[in-house]
Amino acid sequence: MSLFYFVAFLSVFFSLLVIFSKNPVHSVLYLILTFFTFTIHYFLLNAQFLGIVNFIVYMGAILVLFLYTLMLMNLNTETEPVKSNLLKIIGVIGGGCLLVTLIASLKISGNTEPVILRDPNLGLVKNLGKVLFHQFLLPFEVSSILLLSAMVGAVLLAKKES
Amino acid sequence: MLHYYLCNMEAQSLPVNYLPIIFQMIVALGFVFTTMLATHKLGPKRSTKDKLTPFESGIEVIGNARTPVSIKYFLVAILFVLFDVEVIFMYPWAVNFRDLGSDGMIEMFVFMGTLLLGFIYIIKKKALDWD
Amino acid sequence: MELALVLEKFILVAIIFGISLVTAMYSTYAERKVAAFLQDRVGPNRAGPFGIFQPMADGAKMFMKEEIIPTQSSGLLFIVGPSLAILTACIGSAVIPWGQKLTIGSRVIDLQVTDINVGILYIFGVVSLGVYGIMIGGWASNNKYSLLGAIRAASQNISYEIAMGLSIIALLMLTGTLSLRQIAEQQHGFWSNGWFTWNVFRQPLGFIIFIICAFAETNRSPFDLPECETELVGGYHTEYSSMKLGFYLFAEYINMFISSAVMATLYFGGFNFPFMHHLGLSENLVTILGVVALFIKIIFFIFFFMWVRWTIPRFRYDQLMDLGWKVLIPLAIANIVLTGVFATIFK
Repeated sequence: MSLFYFVAFLSVFFSLLVIFSKNPVHSVLYLILTFFTFTIHYFLLNAQFLGIVNFIVYMGAILVLFLYTLMLMNLNTETEPVKSNLLKIIGVIGGGCLLVTLIASLKISGNTEPVILRDPNLGLVKNLGKVLFHQFLLPFEVSSILLLSAMVGAVLLAKKES
Repeated sequence: MLHYYLCNMEAQSLPVNYLPIIFQMIVALGFVFTTMLATHKLGPKRSTKDKLTPFESGIEVIGNARTPVSIKYFLVAILFVLFDVEVIFMYPWAVNFRDLGSDGMIEMFVFMGTLLLGFIYIIKKKALDWD
Repeated sequence: MELALVLEKFILVAIIFGISLVTAMYSTYAERKVAAFLQDRVGPNRAGPFGIFQPMADGAKMFMKEEIIPTQSSGLLFIVGPSLAILTACIGSAVIPWGQKLTIGSRVIDLQVTDINVGILYIFGVVSLGVYGIMIGGWASNNKYSLLGAIRAASQNISYEIAMGLSIIALLMLTGTLSLRQIAEQQHGFWSNGWFTWNVFRQPLGFIIFIICAFAETNRSPFDLPECETELVGGYHTEYSSMKLGFYLFAEYINMFISSAVMATLYFGGFNFPFMHHLGLSENLVTILGVVALFIKIIFFIFFFMWVRWTIPRFRYDQLMDLGWKVLIPLAIANIVLTGVFATIFK
């Protein structure tokens, strides 16, 4: 249990660094570390496939996309656009709403019975595959359409100007 | 012989088995850190202004390298993320290939067919052509 | 995990780490000797007999060189880049089975840092992390050549990763497990039931796709566009000097070593060798011979990497991307379909 709190502390610590670092590339690096601690969380729960998916897809693919985006942008502009007071107020309200929701959900989930996993080996790749291809076959096939539409969208956006 | 191995295969599945990977990371980090420190201490320090400018084949440096690059690279990155997710989805199927039999194979081929459609669209749109 | 086991693992990690570093060092020497042989030259021959102390001399030189950090670069990221490159190269070896179990007294030692259920996926993940070192280093240099080299390298790596993942899937359909040790053990011996046991004889197309992707992932010639000196000076490491440059070069050789080991394990039987249990040798001796067999295979693959480098000219960038996306990915998908159909027919 103390191991969980240690890793959780690291996750929170690195995610705070993501927000507070000035350089966007530093933020991405801290985000990599944050996702790495998430991977450790998954492994502690014995959700091995999810853990390794988090490792490959989030750490290895999506954050590479983030870095690309930073390289595509012109980071020379030293002056950040001045944010108006209205934006700041909206930001505070949005953040406050999120905080209230989080606290409320924590309160509710604190009262319910904790979920007990009947089969601790459910997270292994083999068992997960069996469940995925029997019980959750339809969502799996639908996800391919989601990926297809994402591909079409990306190509359309990138090819627009030509 | 093979049966024996297959029966024993689920033995290694505890979180503690991942601990040695953390050990290896610690050892690697230690190596990198000490080497960096040693080379920092050992090397001479005679820096001049010209030495510290970017090397661009002797030509005067104009501007810096914080310039936007072609959108093509970005498109490759986005498509990579999508295909990566697809590949990841196929792993749980591949390890269960024998158990799922031909039904599972048809299910997977439907999934792959949809994505192949996307792939053909990408090729037809010449999204991956470098001109 | 009890203390003795922790200690054992630490020692094993240290030994494997040392072996990877020494192999990488001597790969630089071998590279020059192979290049010299192919070009009818002598190669390094001054430091010690046949120049075998050359890598030590190079290493010492790397340490003693001046450390130059350009004023325009992003200071911290400039150091983080090469560190990440070598870090990701060094952690990949954790799941490779170097041999069978060794018995010393009453203690059974597993010649593998750890046998995890998702071994191949771990390697796949570490490979995908390799992009960061190059990208961050190239960007932090604030040099146009470095930036171009870094972006080329990243695009190349991610493009070939997909084909690599797909080629492994066809292999997994036959093995039914992701653990590298089990895959190695399934290829026991050399011949059984009227066919070769090594996976390369069951997945020839998959192996060809995999080895091409391995060349691209390690940025080796003919895929060395990120550092192609005729266009980009030094590519992503143009601005680097002293040990930071050394880290980038070292990372490339360690990656070559690790990918050779992975290829040997996945497709060439790993620590298995023909007639291993028909010679009447003791278990420990078989294990040691197995380690030797694995290293012979690894050395062959490293030689193959060098042989190709000094034989084949470099690709053009559009050819490289076309090969990755329009040839290897369709081929890998066809390989999966073929494997599926064949495996269903010949159950």
